[in-house]
Amino acid sequence: MSEVRNLIIVGSGPAGYTAAVYAARANLRPLVIEGIASGGALMTTTEVENFPGFPDGIMGPELMDNMRKQAEHFGAEFITDEATRTELNGGIKIVYVGETAYRAKAVVLATGSAWRPLGVPGEQELLGHGVSSCATCDGFFFRGQDIVVVGGGDSAMEEATFLTRFASSVTIVHRRDQFRASKIMAERALKNDKIKVEWNSVVTEVLGEDGKVSGVRLRDTVTGEERELKAAGVFVAIGHDPRSDLFRAEVACDEAGYVKVTAPSTQTNLNGVFAAGDLVDHTYRQAVTAAGTGCAAALDAERFIASLETPEG
Amino acid sequence: MDEVTDATFVDEVLMSPTPVLVDFWAEWCGPCLRVEPVLKELAREMGDKVKIVKMDIDSNPNTARDYHVMSVPTLTVFKGGQPVSSVAGARPKSDLARLLEEAL
Repeated sequence: MSEVRNLIIVGSGPAGYTAAVYAARANLRPLVIEGIASGGALMTTTEVENFPGFPDGIMGPELMDNMRKQAEHFGAEFITDEATRTELNGGIKIVYVGETAYRAKAVVLATGSAWRPLGVPGEQELLGHGVSSCATCDGFFFRGQDIVVVGGGDSAMEEATFLTRFASSVTIVHRRDQFRASKIMAERALKNDKIKVEWNSVVTEVLGEDGKVSGVRLRDTVTGEERELKAAGVFVAIGHDPRSDLFRAEVACDEAGYVKVTAPSTQTNLNGVFAAGDLVDHTYRQAVTAAGTGCAAALDAERFIASLETPEG
Repeated sequence: MDEVTDATFVDEVLMSPTPVLVDFWAEWCGPCLRVEPVLKELAREMGDKVKIVKMDIDSNPNTARDYHVMSVPTLTVFKGGQPVSSVAGARPKSDLARLLEEAL
């Protein structure tokens, strides 16, 4: 049987890596099961302008690399693969990666959130062939072409603005008559000459031709009228869902799947299991708030582990 | 991990006696950078049965275009000179191992 470690951290965005920095610095030698998309959502962003301490901004992937290095420097260990099963109920927590079991006294869950698909015909079939969730990954392939971005939040604004570097036009399709994005992001997009907006519209189908995206079918949410829009690429940015499927049977979550914690701590319903970042937070969802709760989770875990060694009363 | 180019693609990939997984990647793609260590580990585990190589789509646009690569990373398995399966985006090692096993 494998050794029992102090702490396993599942996930690797700002929450997971910050928890790793704190836990490693406290000599807990945490094992971070990063997942294959390690680094979390910031790996697919461009410039992060609002992380304190970087007056000129910093690239998302660079910020995450820095956090990872910082944790590594203090002795954190990493597995770049997906956790596939958990047993978190007992005194010894087990996290599986395939057939391999890792054991620990405490676990921090920081699996973040996952891209939410539209769920319309054509989308899955054309994923990677014009349908994309990552403008920084795939924008390059749409040089001089027309692109649709679906969504109305900050990530939709960022993707649309970024894509104007390549595309000849970007059309934002949004179900309401105004964006929910922050003012600075929305204004930046609306001021861009290459960006148009289809208000009050939803995508009902992604259309394909020769195995590639050829356009989208839109429905007007006010009149119900349907129309087609030609496009070579469809970038979907309608939001995210918490990635709690892995441990939902054990760890208490709300209806939307966010892990419930006893605020202001990061304690879940299970002893020795803590949760942080976008997996918990559906309100702020910022890199810096995720980092903050990641820190709190490491401190909570550290205190919990210490309490096992010197039982009270 | 070995790099293939537009010039070496036919010899290294299409003519290979073993199945080849090609990682179409780019320097500017965050997720791509994280796929590489996983592929290295997979290459170590699967040994000589398969070949795992990467191709930078910026310096080798022709092959990427020929195989309709529209997303990075795109991971495509070639067998007997033909693409037999392909996935877009980073995947767990076990999924990629399965793609290769199926091509054996």
